[in-house]
Amino acid sequence: MREVAVVSTAHSAVAATTETPIETLIPVIDAALVAAGLERRQVDFWCHGSCDYLVGQPFSFVSAVDALGAWPPIVESHVEMDGAWALYEAWLKIQTGEADTAVIFGNGKSSVANMFRVMALQLDPYVEAPLGPDQIALAGLQARVALDAGVITERDMAEVAARSRRDAVGNPAALVSGEVSVDDLLAGDKVRDPLRHHDIPVMGDGVTAVVIAADDAARSLTARPAWIRAIDHRIDAQRIGGRDLIGVPSAVAAAARCGLGAGRIDVAEIHAPFTHEELLVTRALGLDAGATRINPSGGALVSNVLMAAGLARIARAAESILDGSADRVLGHATQGPCLQQNLVCVMEGACWVPCVVPSSVSARPTTRVAGQTCPSPVWCGRLPIGRLRMRA
Amino acid sequence: MSNEAEDVLRIRTPIGVEYAWSAGTRSSAYLNGLLEGKLLGKRCPSCSRVYFPPRNGNCPMCGVLLGDDDVEVGPNGTVTTFCVVNVPFLGQKITPPYVAATILLDGADIGMQHLLQEVDAADVRMGMRVEPVWAPRDNWGPTMENITHFRPSGEPDVDYSDYAGQL
Repeated sequence: MREVAVVSTAHSAVAATTETPIETLIPVIDAALVAAGLERRQVDFWCHGSCDYLVGQPFSFVSAVDALGAWPPIVESHVEMDGAWALYEAWLKIQTGEADTAVIFGNGKSSVANMFRVMALQLDPYVEAPLGPDQIALAGLQARVALDAGVITERDMAEVAARSRRDAVGNPAALVSGEVSVDDLLAGDKVRDPLRHHDIPVMGDGVTAVVIAADDAARSLTARPAWIRAIDHRIDAQRIGGRDLIGVPSAVAAAARCGLGAGRIDVAEIHAPFTHEELLVTRALGLDAGATRINPSGGALVSNVLMAAGLARIARAAESILDGSADRVLGHATQGPCLQQNLVCVMEGACWVPCVVPSSVSARPTTRVAGQTCPSPVWCGRLPIGRLRMRA
Repeated sequence: MSNEAEDVLRIRTPIGVEYAWSAGTRSSAYLNGLLEGKLLGKRCPSCSRVYFPPRNGNCPMCGVLLGDDDVEVGPNGTVTTFCVVNVPFLGQKITPPYVAATILLDGADIGMQHLLQEVDAADVRMGMRVEPVWAPRDNWGPTMENITHFRPSGEPDVDYSDYAGQL
């Protein structure tokens, strides 16, 4: 496996814009490239996540290539999904050896239609879609199952909302933020019983862009890359009535494939547009909310840019590695109604190659060498930290 | 098990979604220009090409946003290539044969599609100079249909080498 890391990120989100998707895309892609110190012609692979249903226009994603400067021709791909899955494809592309650097972007313009209605069109067209549920009603079904099973409470859900809005203060991409009491939230009306306003995401128009790079390219682009140590995605059955809505088996499976059990997770960014979804995913991933900081960005609840919000979770988690505030983080993304499909991405600040404590260093070294300490709890967190031998 | 009911071979499940589509900042300038009978493009700050219409608001060659300033182009232009439509099809509004042309408006670097009329299809040629024919002003909207068609302007033909870079 090649070492692949997130080296830079950029975001935009507003409640509604009259720009074209391309006009919104270009400054964000530029910002991610500038942060990485890359020129467009140095990008080996571009991968885009979006959904034509959002625009109501078949093949609308093709025009996004216009944002990239595709002459002379570039290597480019698209997934009809959240940008998190575009990141998965780009990671695979780098693993093949055909690319060393990639730009991934997810974008959505939620303001052009009732997206809760639009997103429900992904239901099977014969049995479920004709019933006309919207995405909030579907989420309500799942929340009801979990509430009645005693797995979560309405207070738990309100606490997720209060914490998310509090954490969103200072996040320029957040569309709602501030202090609010759980009791006040619980006093609110129900929009789709059992969901209240605070359980439902604030929709946005925007973009998330991420630059990833392999091996020495990553090391040359940033001081502390967020190395992707594991990434996996799994899917549950399509029919809402045909799967375990509480256990979220696809999230459990993806987490197991990523070896999530091994070691501490400092920060987890969970893609949960609805409050109960955060609780269910946290449970499925086996995260300890006491040891792991959940959604310090405020999450998709405060800024739900469709097709970007999942990639944004990976980006936000990576940012806490890039800025040195965390050592091992998790980004999660979901697609489909009621957490149908789940992607887990584990990133670390430590290099892929296990650090080696040279034999000349005593068991308990007295000095740390700046820039050469390995913070990974998996590889050497419990070892005395000494001089590290990084791959040249 | 009785199976007297006939198989269901077809169902109808009408679903509608309404979208409020916006043209974008730069294309809006172009569309508002048409309301005043002006043909407004935008210039790429990187390669200096003038786009008319400014489409998504960017230069796809360079991957940068087009400049904010309007660049008035035309109204006359040059036929860079054309196609004679001979075959009738469903929804056709004009009786064949007629000519669909790519017209490079003066000052623009990207050709636009429009109808060419008031000329025999056999007389149309690359390099031919054309002028717009506007619909009555009362019928104008933010649409290129304000120009019903182009017709020969009578100016001398343009040499191929003058538009070879804009084909």
